[in-house]
Amino acid sequence: MIATQEAFVAQAPDPLLARLLDAAIEAIGTNADLLGDLDRAIGDGDHGLNMLRGFAAVAGQRDDLAVLPLAAALDAMGKLLVMNVGGASGPLYGSLLIAMGKAAARDGASVATILEEGVAAVKRRGKSDRGEKTMLDVLVPVQLAWAQSCREGLAPRDALERLRRAAKEGLDSTRPLMATKGRASFLRERSIGHLDPGAFSSFLLVDATCRAFLEVEP
Amino acid sequence: MKKFVNDGVNVVPEALRGFGRAHRGLVVVHEKPAYVTRASPKSAKVALVSGGGSGHEPLHSGFVGYGMLDAACPGQIFTSPTPDQISAAAEAVDGGSGVLFIVKNYAGDVMNFEMAAESFAGKSASILVQDDVAVESASGRSSRRGVAGTLVVEKIVGAAAEAGEDLAVCAALGERTARACASMGAALTSCTIPAAGKPTFEIGEGEMELGVGIHGEAGRRRVPLAPADIIAAELTAAVLDDLQPRKDEPLLLLVNGFGGTPLLELYLMYETVSRRLEADGLVIARSLVGNYVTSLEMAGCSVTLARLDDELLRLWDAPVHTAALHWGR
Repeated sequence: MIATQEAFVAQAPDPLLARLLDAAIEAIGTNADLLGDLDRAIGDGDHGLNMLRGFAAVAGQRDDLAVLPLAAALDAMGKLLVMNVGGASGPLYGSLLIAMGKAAARDGASVATILEEGVAAVKRRGKSDRGEKTMLDVLVPVQLAWAQSCREGLAPRDALERLRRAAKEGLDSTRPLMATKGRASFLRERSIGHLDPGAFSSFLLVDATCRAFLEVEP
Repeated sequence: MKKFVNDGVNVVPEALRGFGRAHRGLVVVHEKPAYVTRASPKSAKVALVSGGGSGHEPLHSGFVGYGMLDAACPGQIFTSPTPDQISAAAEAVDGGSGVLFIVKNYAGDVMNFEMAAESFAGKSASILVQDDVAVESASGRSSRRGVAGTLVVEKIVGAAAEAGEDLAVCAALGERTARACASMGAALTSCTIPAAGKPTFEIGEGEMELGVGIHGEAGRRRVPLAPADIIAAELTAAVLDDLQPRKDEPLLLLVNGFGGTPLLELYLMYETVSRRLEADGLVIARSLVGNYVTSLEMAGCSVTLARLDDELLRLWDAPVHTAALHWGR
């Protein structure tokens, strides 16, 4: 059974992919300094520059990506991020999108499955899970919120708003956590009280793409 | 920020081109994807490929050459290289005996080398360097960073590969050497990534960061600045506590500068560290002092000790000819 919001995504008009890409590119472009500041607090300060470089590469291919089928677009964007971001974020965001593309390529794959497989790939690549002060603290709740919305048959607009809330709450949940993965883990107790920069970039991307969906949703 | 920069985002490629021109005949610099190989990249021996973020020069490109690395993959500043760089470098240097990846233990480096190894068609193995004793947690050694001990691993395994040892032997030797190294550093100032334009961390005039990493990331604790003898005592004690060397065992002592501390001060630190070790009855068989594994212009240094046996001593002494290390040839 395909829930209403699944049907909405599946039937989305063609220019939607272009809108999603533009939203993601803009979200990173306008917040790169903030990502850098967050990373300087508990990491090595390169997250903003790295994401900026990755999404500049995506921007450079935007028109080509926008006309691809969803599966191919996700795969190509994942590879672009892997080759241009570097650090841990490159393989993590790359693994997310490449796995989502792989799932999307299968006949009848639901958005719920695509998200689930993408997030599972991030867990495997980072050998991590929710609660370690990473991007997974945003991605896991977002994926669960979507699955729940499907089960409840929520209207698309409500489902997207729930995703935005899940992303924001997930981001905020990283503040009191002590990092146990990545460079912030070297700070141990001193990482407490700071937002995780990777969770912040994930929040930005989820929020921006949800808003782009909401704009086309009647 | 006052730096020799044209455009912040072009610092790495411009510096790489300069490195290639300065050491022509010794190395070749490839761009897009960026990697550095020896002037004659292919040989029948096991190929050693390392890499990591830029900003640690001369690590790793400065260690490409006879008796050490076959290729180095420089990432952006403090950012690990990407899988396409690493697999292209591996393909360029693999002469059929396989490739050994030498990886510093950072989440980004581990993941990018892992993705590269997955896509590399040839035979390969990986070793992880994690010599920084400043970072200890409930999860133990697995969370430690790779720092100046990387130089020791690259030198010793490089000599073994040059002598014709196979991939399995080189990998096992690398693991053994990595475990024989322990390091800890202290930073007196921060450093600034050119494209970021502001210091990675704030540190007061009267403060130092003990157990600092090589990206300006924090370590054990922030403490008031102290005389060199006190700093040396703290670094040495942490390293000895971890390594527990025997009294008759030959040790390598590496006093490594982070880029902003003059050699004068590094030798002063060597003096106080070595006196302390000898007072404990320990044997310093080999020494190295200089800026080898740096953190841009950060002032500070690290102390590395490596427990050597006859085999490791012989491999350390074996000829090496790279831009940054050269002896015996």
